[in-house]
Amino acid sequence: MAVVAQPPLEKVITKKVHHENTFTRVARYVVVRLLTLFVTVVISIYLTIMIANMGGYVDQIMRGEIRDRVTGLIAGNSAFVKMDPAVRQKLIAERIAAEEERIGLNIPIAIRNFRYMSNALTLQLGRAINMTSDSGSKQVRLILLERLPATLLLMGISQLFLFFSSVFLALNLSRRYGNFWDKLVIALSPTSAVPPWFYGIFLILIFAALFRILPFGGMVDSPPPSNPIDYSLSVLKHLILPAVALIISSFFLSIYNYRTFFLIYSSEDYVEMAKAKGLPARDVEQRYILRPTLPNIITNFALLIITLWSGALFTETVFLWPGLGRTLYQAIGLYDIPIIVGSTIIYAYLLAMTVFLLDFIYALVDPRVKVGG
Amino acid sequence: MNAMKKSFQSLLYYPSAILGMFVVFLLVATAVYAMVKIPYKEAIRLWRGGEDVWYQNPKFAPPAWINLFSKKKYAESFSVRTSDGTMTKKVTPGAQGSSTMEVSYAFDFSSDYYPQEMLLYLTSKYMEKQPFISLEWLTPDGRKIRIVNMALSPKQTYRFSQDEKLKTKLKTDNIITALFSDPKTGHLIKGKYQLLITGATFETDSDINVEFVLHGQVYGLAGTDQARRDLVVPLLWGAPIALAFGLIASFGTSVLTMIIAAVGTWYGGWVDELIQRLTEINIVLPFISILIMIGTFYSRSIWVILGATILLSIFTGSIKSYRSIFVQVKESMYIEAARAYGASSPRIVFLYLIPRMIPLLIPGLVSSVPAFVFLEASLALLGLGDPVLPTWGKIINDAQANGALYRGYYYWILEPATLLMLTGLGFAMLGFALDRIFNPKLREV
Repeated sequence: MAVVAQPPLEKVITKKVHHENTFTRVARYVVVRLLTLFVTVVISIYLTIMIANMGGYVDQIMRGEIRDRVTGLIAGNSAFVKMDPAVRQKLIAERIAAEEERIGLNIPIAIRNFRYMSNALTLQLGRAINMTSDSGSKQVRLILLERLPATLLLMGISQLFLFFSSVFLALNLSRRYGNFWDKLVIALSPTSAVPPWFYGIFLILIFAALFRILPFGGMVDSPPPSNPIDYSLSVLKHLILPAVALIISSFFLSIYNYRTFFLIYSSEDYVEMAKAKGLPARDVEQRYILRPTLPNIITNFALLIITLWSGALFTETVFLWPGLGRTLYQAIGLYDIPIIVGSTIIYAYLLAMTVFLLDFIYALVDPRVKVGG
Repeated sequence: MNAMKKSFQSLLYYPSAILGMFVVFLLVATAVYAMVKIPYKEAIRLWRGGEDVWYQNPKFAPPAWINLFSKKKYAESFSVRTSDGTMTKKVTPGAQGSSTMEVSYAFDFSSDYYPQEMLLYLTSKYMEKQPFISLEWLTPDGRKIRIVNMALSPKQTYRFSQDEKLKTKLKTDNIITALFSDPKTGHLIKGKYQLLITGATFETDSDINVEFVLHGQVYGLAGTDQARRDLVVPLLWGAPIALAFGLIASFGTSVLTMIIAAVGTWYGGWVDELIQRLTEINIVLPFISILIMIGTFYSRSIWVILGATILLSIFTGSIKSYRSIFVQVKESMYIEAARAYGASSPRIVFLYLIPRMIPLLIPGLVSSVPAFVFLEASLALLGLGDPVLPTWGKIINDAQANGALYRGYYYWILEPATLLMLTGLGFAMLGFALDRIFNPKLREV
């Protein structure tokens, strides 16, 4: 019955395609997709802002802190000691009001949340409440930009190495599965249940504490060497342990996943057919195995690029690596909502953009996929 | 059901699964042992206890078994007291209600290092006339050193190393070293040392109790931390807490995810749409940051964190993969048959759709346990661990905060780390094998 049903079905599809041309189809798809993604980002950001001030709970903490600080400052200042208590109370109240206005606490929380959100959506990241960049700026943008290179260096090196080495090794393993190395990778893949910072502690124990050949943490020697070559060598020395920790923790599972993935595709009939035709192994691999797996590999790669932004919070904390993850952690400790929101909005935009672009990339690499089809 | 049984039996063909099951079994046994041996309230009291609970222990002492691996032996810490009979007290009554008492404690000292400190905790009962004691120290080479004579107040601590009078008498700054070495050569003498305490009370009901504490370099099975706490307590109690957190989180997450995916697929329409949108929103939300925010601003209680973890982990990528399978199952003949005889929607969802997915659920459930166990440890590492409960992550956090790696207290990190690692690997190996058994597509390759 299926055979009989097929021809009319095909006709219906071609008819439908003829009704609307490629341009309107793609355009409509783009508009709908962008709208849904934007709404998703807006809601996520609003939720993040809500959580970042715990529905007003953090306001109370900040108000209490301001009161303590201002009262302490004025009580400790000898110039104000002889002042009339009533005048001093007024002064304290004024200072508190001024400080609350600076942070924006005088505005009702619902409105403030919307203001945070609209600023965030237009990428006006604003000023941090408590944190400053090393150059002394309070601009969230500058604080984040200052930490970005450190994160990009650590995450970039480890994640790119992880990606390319695991795809390459997985291809090799899938070619002769069942041999010793293949079994070893399978046996070792549960090691990825352990997070990178955990391996980090072991690495610090062995290489920093026991053998004293690599530093405990940080990104560069103190004081930093002035010579650029020495400087980069010093950074490299500090980079080894955190990068290795990040790599080990996902290495075997990553190879295992790609290997299984390649194996599933290489047991397809058309691969057998290509082999039977006597095509060289290289061609079979590139045209018949890698090609159909390309969309998945690209997705993984794209998601990997996004994770570079968020950094590795725990690993950076263990290694005192001055990256974005650690900055985020510090910001949370200082109730610095602008920084938390700033880092989240950038992640959200990157993710939304990637998801959007991936649809088009799929259509490019896979002729079976049609945008909006 | 028979098929399930068979699947579990085939676990025995996987060595890693057997190893994993063994580790999980050991963990469960440890957890049960911990809860029976140290009841919850007692564990909390010990973990939260300060000097008053742990004064007998030295700080930062590695476990005693490191002596097995080192050529030079470290001094082992111990404490003995008259109140529980580890030290015997001989009381001889005298005239007019007075009495004399004698406590002698002999111990073998065979380590290659001097102890850190010796202390005497004296408690006495009297109305007006203070009891009196004198202390003597007998060395293996037969010398007898008078340490101190003193009148006692109801509660008194005597620190050997702080006694200025004794310092002048022994002509030394370091009393402990002097007490344990040969005065001529200055070398440490091994052998039988004896502490002799003679006391006198002058009232009928008057009584003296003595506790003698020696702080060596090593202590007990697991060593101690910065607050002198015996690490055995948090190491044992970490097991039930880690298991509870990991299992509840992974069970809650996977079961709820599956139910929601099934409901969404079955009812379709706006329900399905809502679930999908929620998932997309949740993927953007910064999971770790939110947990840290909850820990910093709101509550560090492990149950609050657990609840937030489950809530945030429901709407993730796995809901999509469950959904794609449910979409296929929904079209099966047996579902159609159920619909034909008039089964209600809830009945179909819970009795027909979900049971079909259990084989897929089990491996995922087991393999996600380590992630949650380590999540708790990671949060504890940032100082966001539960303020009351002793967990493995908190030990690592304490160790990090006290520079354990830098100062060479490796045991302090290695002990909880090994347990965490074992837990992680055990569940991961088991989950991995289960995955290969229940996913026939993986078994072929």
